[in-house]
This record gives sequence, C-alpha cells and structure tokens, in this order.
Amino acid sequence: MRYHSPTDFASASALAAGASGVTRFLSGGTDVLVQMRAGMVLPDDLIDLKKIPGVSDITQTAGGGWRIGVAVPGIVLGAHEGLKADWPGVVEGMNLVGSTQVQGRATLTGNLCNGSPAADSVPGLVAAGAVVEITGPTGVRTVAVEAIPAGPGKTTLAKGELISAIVLPARGDNAGDAYLRFIPRTEMDIAVVGCAVSLRLSGDTITEARVALGAVAPTVLLVSAAADAIIGTTLDDAALDALAAAASAAANPITDKRGTKEFRVEIAGVLAKRAAKIAFARAKGETA
Amino acid sequence: MAKDGFETLKLVGTRPNRPDGLDKVTGRARYGADFSLPGMLWGAVVRSPHAHARIVKIDATKAEALDGVKAVITRADFPTGLTGEDWNLQENTMAGEKALYDGHAVAAVAATSKLLAEQAARLIEVTYEVLPHVIDVDAAMAEGAPVIRAGAADATVPEGLHPNVVRYMEFGRGDVDAGFAEADLVMERTYKTEATHQGYIEPHACVSKMGADGKGEMWVCTQGHWYIRKMSAAVLGIEASQLRVTPTEIGGGFGGKTTIFMEPLSLALSKKAGGRPVKIVMSRSEVLRATGPTASASMDVKIGMTKDGKITAARAEFRMQGGAFPGAPVDMALYCCFAGYKLANVHHVGYDVLANRPKCAAYRAPGSPNGAFAVESLVDEMCRKLGLDPVEVRLKNGVTTGDRASYGPKFGSIGLTEVLEAVKAHPQLQAPLGENQGRGFAVGYWFNHNGETSVSMAIGEDGTAQVSVGTPDIGGSRASIALMVAETLGIPYEDVGVNVVETGALGVNEPTHGSRATFASGKAAVEATQAAIKEMCRRAAAEWDIDDEAVEWVNGAAQPAGPNAGKFPPMSIKEIAGKMGQTGGPISGHHESVPDGVGASFGAHVVDLEVDPETGRVTILRYLVVQDAGRAIHPSYVEGQYQGGAAQGIGWALNEEYVYDDKGRLSNTVFLDYRVPVASDLPMIDTVIVEVPNPGHPFGVRGVGETGITPPLPAIANAIHDAVGVRMTHLPINPPKLLAALKAR
Amino acid sequence: MTKVHVTTTVNGDTVEFLADPRETLLDCLRDHMGLTGSKEGCGTGDCGACSVELDGTLVCSCLVLGVEAEGKTVSTIEGMANGSELHPLQRKFIEHAALQCGFCTPGILVAARKLLEVNPDPTEEETRYWLAGNLCRCTGYDKIIRAVLDAAAEMRQEVA
Repeated sequence: MRYHSPTDFASASALAAGASGVTRFLSGGTDVLVQMRAGMVLPDDLIDLKKIPGVSDITQTAGGGWRIGVAVPGIVLGAHEGLKADWPGVVEGMNLVGSTQVQGRATLTGNLCNGSPAADSVPGLVAAGAVVEITGPTGVRTVAVEAIPAGPGKTTLAKGELISAIVLPARGDNAGDAYLRFIPRTEMDIAVVGCAVSLRLSGDTITEARVALGAVAPTVLLVSAAADAIIGTTLDDAALDALAAAASAAANPITDKRGTKEFRVEIAGVLAKRAAKIAFARAKGETA
Repeated sequence: MAKDGFETLKLVGTRPNRPDGLDKVTGRARYGADFSLPGMLWGAVVRSPHAHARIVKIDATKAEALDGVKAVITRADFPTGLTGEDWNLQENTMAGEKALYDGHAVAAVAATSKLLAEQAARLIEVTYEVLPHVIDVDAAMAEGAPVIRAGAADATVPEGLHPNVVRYMEFGRGDVDAGFAEADLVMERTYKTEATHQGYIEPHACVSKMGADGKGEMWVCTQGHWYIRKMSAAVLGIEASQLRVTPTEIGGGFGGKTTIFMEPLSLALSKKAGGRPVKIVMSRSEVLRATGPTASASMDVKIGMTKDGKITAARAEFRMQGGAFPGAPVDMALYCCFAGYKLANVHHVGYDVLANRPKCAAYRAPGSPNGAFAVESLVDEMCRKLGLDPVEVRLKNGVTTGDRASYGPKFGSIGLTEVLEAVKAHPQLQAPLGENQGRGFAVGYWFNHNGETSVSMAIGEDGTAQVSVGTPDIGGSRASIALMVAETLGIPYEDVGVNVVETGALGVNEPTHGSRATFASGKAAVEATQAAIKEMCRRAAAEWDIDDEAVEWVNGAAQPAGPNAGKFPPMSIKEIAGKMGQTGGPISGHHESVPDGVGASFGAHVVDLEVDPETGRVTILRYLVVQDAGRAIHPSYVEGQYQGGAAQGIGWALNEEYVYDDKGRLSNTVFLDYRVPVASDLPMIDTVIVEVPNPGHPFGVRGVGETGITPPLPAIANAIHDAVGVRMTHLPINPPKLLAALKAR
Repeated sequence: MTKVHVTTTVNGDTVEFLADPRETLLDCLRDHMGLTGSKEGCGTGDCGACSVELDGTLVCSCLVLGVEAEGKTVSTIEGMANGSELHPLQRKFIEHAALQCGFCTPGILVAARKLLEVNPDPTEEETRYWLAGNLCRCTGYDKIIRAVLDAAAEMRQEVA
C-alpha cells in the first residue's frame, strides 16, 4: 500500500484519478482502518487529506451558512458554539457516532462517504439542506448531500472525485432541527433507525420542514410526505400522528442483525414524532 | 484456626491494595500478546467461511512462494488416531475432513511479520463442497436435519433419536405425576436462550517454540496452564511432560480460557519453522467466530404449586446445543435449575445436541443461567397467578443445610435462607416505581469446585513469605491468598508475595475455574503455611531444647505453649528466618490435594427497570446482588465478582446473542454488533455480602465467582412482566422482540 | 512493501521508527517501540483498550495509522505516572479495586484522565457516557466509576 499526503485537493484528485488499483481517501479513518483491519478493503493507494490547508476549519460563509472542512472531527464540531446554535441537530447526529475516542477522529465527510444507510450524521445534513463541494478531474461541482449515497457502501462520486467541503445553509430565524436514533444500548451501536427533522415556524405554525430517515432503506431518505404532514400545522397530536404514519410508510427496511423490518417501520414513526417535537421546541427558542 | 474464631481476624476481611495493582495501572503487566522472543515469527489462521463444508483441497503454493513465509500447516501435520475428547480438541483446533462451523480453522501459516502472515493466509486457497447446515437446537434434533457427525452419540442416547443427539440424561426422585396431582396450580412453559460469548476483552494470544527434539515452551494467557499443556500435548500426540507452559497475565476468561484454540497450532508451526518462536494473536472476529461461546437452550419446565405456595412437583426437559462437538452443559443446567428448592418429586431430562457452531466453552456457571431463566420465570409467573410474594415462596420452599439437593447429594452448610432474609431487609424493595417501571426478583446457584491443587510457600531470610500457586489471578486472587497466608503467619499483608508459576514449578493444578481459586489454592496455601509454621516451631524448640509439641505459633512468633513448656521470650519469624541457614536450612511449606469441603453459593438479585412502551427499550434503574460468600477474604473483590456477574447476566438478558445469517455465518463478529453492556447502560450495582461460613475451608470461603451471572436472566424477565405485563420467554429480550410482544398484548 | 520513516514524540521522548503504512499507531507503539501498555481488544474502535492522546486529543490508537503520527505528540499509559508518583486516577483505581483482570485498565485510565482535564467535576452520568467506548467485562463498571469520581474529588481539592 502506498501512502500519500497531498497538500491540495487537485493533487488528491489527480492521484486518485491516476491510480489503477484500490484507492481510499483518509480523513478520520474510523471506517477505512476498520475495513483494512478486517481485510474487507486492502487499498493499493491511501490518500491522506489532512495535510491539505483548511481541511480542519469551520468557517462562516458569506451568506451566513457554515463551511465545514473534510477533516473536522466530531469533537471539534461539538465544541463549536456558533454551529451548534444554528444546527444542533446536525451536530448531535455527528456526535452520536462512536465513542469519545472515535469522536476525536471521525468526520462528517467520512461518515457520508462511507455510504452507510445508517450513518448518524447524514439525516441531519439532508434535513438541513446541506450541500457538498466536490473536487474532481474536471473541476469543482456542488451537489445536495442526499445525492451522494448510492446504496450500502456506495456513493455517486466518480473516479478521481472527492468531497472538498460540506456547506450548511444559513439557519435563518424561528427555526430548529433535531436528530434522534434508536439503538438497543445507550452508546456504541449503529443506528437501527435514525430520523432528523428541520423546520421553521411562523408563530406556532410550521412553514417549512424537511424530514430525513436513516437505516430504513438502501440510502438515507428525504421524506417529503412526512414534511408535508406537519407543514401548516402547530404540531398538534393529529399532525404528529400523520407525521409518524408518513415516516413509517416511507420506510422500506430490511431485517438484519440489528433489527427487524417491522420494528424499523414502527420506530421510524416514533422517532419522527420525538425529533419533530425537539426541533419545534428549538425553533421556539426553548431548550430541548 | 478455630472455625468460629473469625472475630479475632486481623487481615482477612480487610481491603488492602492488590499486589499486582501497580503493574496493572501503569501498563507494565504483561498479558498474552505483550510477550515476544528474539527471532519470533507471527502466525495467522485460515478459517472456514462456511457453516458446514467438506474440505476438498488446500493449496498453499502461492502463500509458500512469498518471501518470509516459514511454515504452513494443515490437519495433515497432526497425528491421527486420537479418540474421545482428545479427538474433539484436535478436530476443533484444526478441521479435518469437514469444516464444522463458520470460523473453523483449516490451515495456519507462520511468517516474519504479522502483515505478511495475514497476507499469506489470504493466499491459501481452500476448495470447499458446501453441505447443508443447522444452527438452532430444536432444528438440529428434528427429523431430516443435516447429520454433523454420524456415530458421535454415546451409549446414553436411546434408539430412535436424531444422530445429532449425542448425550441423553434422565434423573430425579419421587413421583412427579402424583406431585402435580396434589397441586392447586400446574403450569408448563417452553423457554429459549440464545448463545452468548464470554466477551473477555483480551483476545487469545500465545508465543510458542518447539524444536526438533520435540520439547516445547509456551507463554499464553490462560486460566489454566496445566490444561493447556495437557490438551496441546494430546492434540500433537506428545507427552505433556515435553511441554513447559508459563501463564502471562490474563485479560479475562470467564471459563473461555480453560481450553485450547490456536495454542497447538503455534507449536506445530514453530516445529515446522525449525524451532523459531511463533506468536499468534487472535483478532476480535476470530475470538467471536471460533472461541468459546455458550450453549443455546430450548427448555420445557413444568411446576405444581399449592395455593399457599408449596411446590409439589417439578419437571425440566432441556435441549442444549454446544456446537459441533459433545459438551453442552445440559447436565449442569439441570443440576442447578431446581437447586434452590426442597423437592420431594422432581424429574430431569436432558439432550446434548450438535449444531454447526463453534465448540462451546465454559462460561461462568455453565448452564445455570439458562436453567434459572426457565425455572425462575415460571415460579415468578405462578407466584403472581396465586397472589403470593415471590421471596416468601422461595423461603417456604428453600433448601437449608442438610437438605437433599434436587440433583441428589445432601447440602452441607448453605446460606439461601440468610440470602433471602437479607433481600427482604433491603431498602430497594421499598423504592417507589413509576409508570412502565417494574421490579423483578430471582434466585441463582452454583457449586464450588475443588480440583487438583498444588501450592508451595517459602520463608525468606527477612521473615517474609513467597507463595507459589498454579491458579492464574483473574480478579484479585493474589490479594486474597496473600491475606490468608499473612493472617495464618501473623505477619503484615505486605510481607507476603504470591506468584503464579509455570508448569515446571508445581504439581498439576486445575485452572482458575469452578469458583475455586480462593477456595482451593487458598486452602492449600494455608495448609502449606501451617507446614512452614510447624517447621519454624521445631527450630525454636530445638534452640530452646524443649519438645516440638511444647511450642505454639502466636502473632508471628514461636512461643512456649504454656507455663510448663519453659520460660522463653517469643522467637519472631524474622529471628527464625534470619538464622535458618544455621539451624537446618531453608524453611518452606507445601501442600497438594484435591481439597475437600467445597461450599456452594446461593444468590438472589433484585432489578428495577423501565420499559419504553413505544420502542421496547429497557433501562436498568437499580440493581441489587445479595449472595453468600461464606467469608469474604477481600470484600472488594467479592463485590467485584457479584457486580461483574450481574453485568454479564444483564447483557445476556437484554442484548447479547449470536446472530447467524441464512448461510449459517455469524453476522455479529465485532463488538459493535455483539452488544456487551457499556458503562452508560448500567447503574451502580448494589451488593450485600452474606457470610454463612463454609466449615470446609479454614477461613470459611465459598466460591463466589459464578453464581452472580445466573439470577439476572430471570430477574429481568420478571421485572419486565411487572412493568408492562408481558411474559418474555425467549432471550435476549431485545427491543424488537419486546415491542412485538407489547403490540400483541 | 516500502516502509516509512516516522519521527514522533511519545511521552515526552523523541522516537523514530519505520512503519509499514498499513500498520496502526497501536501496532507501532507495541511492536516497534515496546510500549505494550496500550492493548488491542478489538482493532475496530469499539473497546477503547488502545486509548492514547494524539496531540492532546483522545483517540483509539488502532484507528490511527503509524505514519499519521509523524511530527505529532503521543501520550500513552506508560507516561501517566510522574516517575514513581502515580496519577491520582491510578492510585484510586487500585484503592477502589476498580480492576479485576486489568486489561481494559490502561485505556480507561487514559480516557478518564482526559475527562477530568476537560471536566474536573463530572457527574456519574457524564462519566459513564464519556467512558462508554471503554469496554470492561469484569467489573460491571461500578468500582471504575467510583474510582474516577473519587479521583476527581481529590484532584479538585488539590487545585483549591
């Protein structure tokens, strides 16, 4: 295995584009190293991105959003007061990944590019309407986060392409988001179901909403029917029930070692309700 | 030592720092994988990806062509003609004609680096003919199930059963039908428990070397190095005397490190590589796929009870699979399941069944947790149905000293009644419970094993003592043995060293298993110390020129036994030791035996928990362990055994299980998915040490290590019923199962 | 396989080693530097027995490549005591019998030290969640949590 540590994204892209064998990008490494240890992935070229200037920075964009470098670990994300104030659901999703030790390494970009439908940080990014900047052999393009996963372990990134930043939009007023996952233990599990809700209020009425589900389909789902169920409501019981029904209806999970299909369908609705209540409270400025 | 003279003890019952503590908090203690030798090679094992497959061909050409690969072995490198358990061990450590489970070793390689060995292992090409497999115990004994090994059944198995049934047992007393007829309520239910893993955090590791002379040496993390020696020698077809095995520190075992896995492979690789040492360290996936899981069980229990709570009859029929080899602990499960009850009419039936899973190894009270889950769940259900208090019903039916156990022998001194009274007195029983919260209670039992034991101790020139034991220290036994020896000698605790020594230094010792280390090695250490004391008294007597019998040992010194013995000032151990070179040479003591006087231990647990009715998730709120220790030599480490056992039982009850896919491959091969409890899953675990001294031990010790894993399984199921009204009969009670049961209410 | 020369600082000492780029920092600590106090319990970041600090961040050394340590500082269990003076956590772990087999202990001590650095007065719950990535199979965690909280109390008094 060859280990590379380029100092700009164009070089990283060129290395990957020119490689003939198995190539992996390394930022936090909490998935790549595990796969290497298990012999599941034996890269010929490993391209470490942490020497590229700016990859460890969180910066505010001109429009009031946030640009997050590809090597920002969870622990840094969790300590960023400005980001947490704007997008607590995104941050709490990332902070649920692994242990304190894993938080010292794991990154949003890595969690996204690992392609797991159960990735804890991805539903929050999707609900937030985040986009990624992609550097590739033909230049830089920007796409929505939900367009990246292509199924378990797969992404839509082409050969030589890599994510060079994640960009969150400006939060704006009277808005809140939240992410919840279900696991059987209190920590250290992969999500059996995950759900993120982002919404905006006018008074007590929801005017905008996005609902994303994890671990209930081959990729993280953006469920517009679930959002529609609460837009225009005050999140009363009827709206919550409609939200749960829409979330469960959208879920198309499998039975595996982590949970049954029936269980996941049911829990998708339960979590949607609970996450929506938290996002609602946050939008109202209440601590929840 | 007067049996009832415990009030005079100075050291036993105190909580000093353990002697190996410093090395273990500074990273200096050397565990299995921490040991290395010059010129050492690394070994790696090729494992079957199939649950059941004929091995058609093994081609190691590509691996052997790699620069740095020094040896490749397959079953062809092992002797033939082994029988019985020796054959089972050989077959399990290296597959022969067939791979019998996912993870079964089929070849191994030694190379100059770990990465190279792993690469070489990937290059060994094995051609398999995949065969039908069976995983579940009930499926494995059903008509038409794939036969795992024809002719494996022993003479106990009646005609007409499936060839996968390899052992059958039936025993009991009284007339159960008449007993059921006397009952006001008779209930019968079927329960299932899934296989779990011991889950020690240290993977198996060893370094071995074996030369052309056939003599071998090994450094290994194990609960019992004489067992490793005997078993490895058997697999390799050599005499045990040709091997010398030194135990490293051990990072947990819980029964799983009482047998061999890759140890004989490292010896065989070393021999083939010209005697260069070979180190093999298992990965976590190898540990889960190929080492010591427990048996899984399917159990029918029938109990009759009068309306005032008297049990009139009980019947258990247990079916357990212990992997592709005989040895599921169905006998132990049956012995323990009714052990807490005084029964005139009781009947037990057991089936030991093969399935395409790893050969089961001992796990803390093997079999007892399974049986307790079934029996204690049913007793609880019947108590509720009859409106009876579950603790009072246990008291009413509970065995006491001298009663005949459900499995035959008469109990010596036991403390079940005292344990139950301590439960009743505990404030947790009065703690208020909220909505969706419940309280569960259950009793558990385990024996105390004696086993071959050999201990030596020597007095140093400065009047200190060094004790050599053969039972590896997993949880603080050095401290408890040092306390007992220091107490006996009348010297400070710090003046006693306890060393776990290699197979060349003592007679045969059974492993640290069966809750025996503090009982058996402790008892032998006290006996050895008494021998040294006798000699020290003799030296003093010689100097004073009085009879040996006229000298007694008090407070660390020899003194005349009475006014008639003579008038001499006490001669301290330091004085005697300081001049022993001139008075006859070194002073030491030795004892070897299979110590009698084992003391069985009953425990009872109370758990308070809360169920999330929307998700089926269970949160443990409060947890209480009450158990009879006989006498707690070092109470902190007794509490530690209670708490650790409870935590493992909680894991078994709620989330731990072996999950297989439809091809019979283990799905959860890492700690991410084999869900042992993490720190945030548990509350503080309250303990009450009941002390009903065991008269068979000089300080009253009972084995305490194993009972604690037994009650959590039923206690949690009972608490869930108390909280939400559903009776869960299949472990683990994970959220999908509990939510499905809640929705079916 | 070409090895990479790595220069790094471990427990205050400058060390150099040759790493196969596939080797983890844990492999390099144990097999190249003889620092076997950090343990491998899983190799997948699930057990925490290999916990070290890398440039002051708590990480699993099995999830870091040895080559990534170039130019960084690493602190391991072997550097926790100040000469022969134990860190209060180390002392409290012995006093509270917070270890049975002791295999998970180095990782837990390293992780707990970081906790008390960022949160000198943690609650029981905070301590349990911080240590959720450090598996212990022997103790049921009770005595570990008590030892950490007791060490924290002692350390706060020393500062005051």
